[in-house]
Amino acid sequence: MAVEVGTERVKRGMAQMQKGGVIMDVVTPDQAKIAEDAGAVAVMALERVPADIRAAGGVARMSDPGLIERIMQAVSIPVMAKARIGHFVEAKVLEAIGVDYIDESEVLTPADETHHIDKHAFTVPFVCGARDLGEALRRIGEGAAMIRTKGEAGTGNVVEATRHMRTVMGQIHQLMGLRDDEVAAFAKEIGAPLELVKQVREQGRLPVVNFAAGGIATPADAALMMHLGADGVFVGSGIFKSEDPAKRARAIVLATAHYEDYKLIAEVSKDLGAPMSGLDVASMPPEQRLATRGW
Amino acid sequence: MRVGVLALQGDVSEHIDLLRQLGAESFEVRSAQQVATLDGLILPGGESTTIAQLMRYYGIETAIQEAYARGLALYGTCAGLILLAKRIEGRKDGSLALLDVTAVRNGFGRQINSFEADLSIPVLGEPPFRAVFIRAPYVRDPGPDVEILARYEERIVAVRSDRLLASAFHPELSGDPRMHAYFLQMIAAKQPTAV
Repeated sequence: MAVEVGTERVKRGMAQMQKGGVIMDVVTPDQAKIAEDAGAVAVMALERVPADIRAAGGVARMSDPGLIERIMQAVSIPVMAKARIGHFVEAKVLEAIGVDYIDESEVLTPADETHHIDKHAFTVPFVCGARDLGEALRRIGEGAAMIRTKGEAGTGNVVEATRHMRTVMGQIHQLMGLRDDEVAAFAKEIGAPLELVKQVREQGRLPVVNFAAGGIATPADAALMMHLGADGVFVGSGIFKSEDPAKRARAIVLATAHYEDYKLIAEVSKDLGAPMSGLDVASMPPEQRLATRGW
Repeated sequence: MRVGVLALQGDVSEHIDLLRQLGAESFEVRSAQQVATLDGLILPGGESTTIAQLMRYYGIETAIQEAYARGLALYGTCAGLILLAKRIEGRKDGSLALLDVTAVRNGFGRQINSFEADLSIPVLGEPPFRAVFIRAPYVRDPGPDVEILARYEERIVAVRSDRLLASAFHPELSGDPRMHAYFLQMIAAKQPTAV
């Protein structure tokens, strides 16, 4: 076989190297350095963190490529960037400047309400959000090399992240318990490709790495997600909207790596300063929920 | 034979699966105390800056260096190679600093340049090894005791020195167990009674 770039193995493998790690949202090269020094496995380069996107309203788009490039130059760890759902030209632009991973993200305003990006058509790998197993497998079917459960970005409230991680893991367990002749109906019910459903049943897990996202604000939040079955965590607004970002970032990295060591989590959680102020998701009007974007 | 996989961050389970497939007793290692009980330790792929920092907490770095001095064998893949290297290009110091080479981080470029290719590794024989390179490093300036096991387009991508083995690629991703089997042989050769 010849030399090949952008194979499924190379794209999914990149996400496998991120396991057990924390991916942090940053909006400046300085923040990217702080994240790298704190032990982040990657940074998500953005103009605004989700909490500010929420506050600003209007249309949220791909960030300025110049900003993303400055962040890429500032750190040696991988740099991810977000494209709008369905906006394959934004994605091509991000690929052209050489970002390491593209997040086709509901945090930005969707550009297409019907079609997600055909991610097989790219050399760069994609991560996509999901609330349940069906949504995760639809995205993987389109070529996503990594999944993140959506949670509710920019809230500092972990309740939706918990719901989505429990839903995905619970559905996998349910699938494992079915009779063989019940699998096709299950695939139809969750709206997922049968072949991928069978693969999950065989392996007992998603065929790609699955991180938790959307509302993680404390070291204990991150450890909770690891216990629920996450391979790692994204922390968006939770770090740089808190009082002492460098200290909080490091604490979240340590709590993610040692998620079963509660003494350690207690130790790193001391004197972190104020976390980001959170939002109540239950009382949030449906149109303000980002997780419902995408299908 | 007890072979651990350093489980601070990275693709740990992939290594454990391969080792178990080869019949080795294998488990995740997260603490300095565990390191002392091992015959071999794999440093997996991941982010070298992250793993290096996590090793520095709780004395894991020192525990590995001491265990190596007492006979522990180490195999580093990708990030693991960087952690083993005495010198890292663009950095002041190495991490574990045991392997007499200079590691060039992201030596083949960014993720869009990541690739897989057939690699000739003479110590493994035929057929060629399907090697997966992900933001991979390569090795320069190997010391006199470093044996070069493989090159890809002139660049050194696999080396051995005494009880240290390192590869820039990820054998744990291609499912070919020969690199891991080679590592187990290395351990066995040093510990004739342990197998």
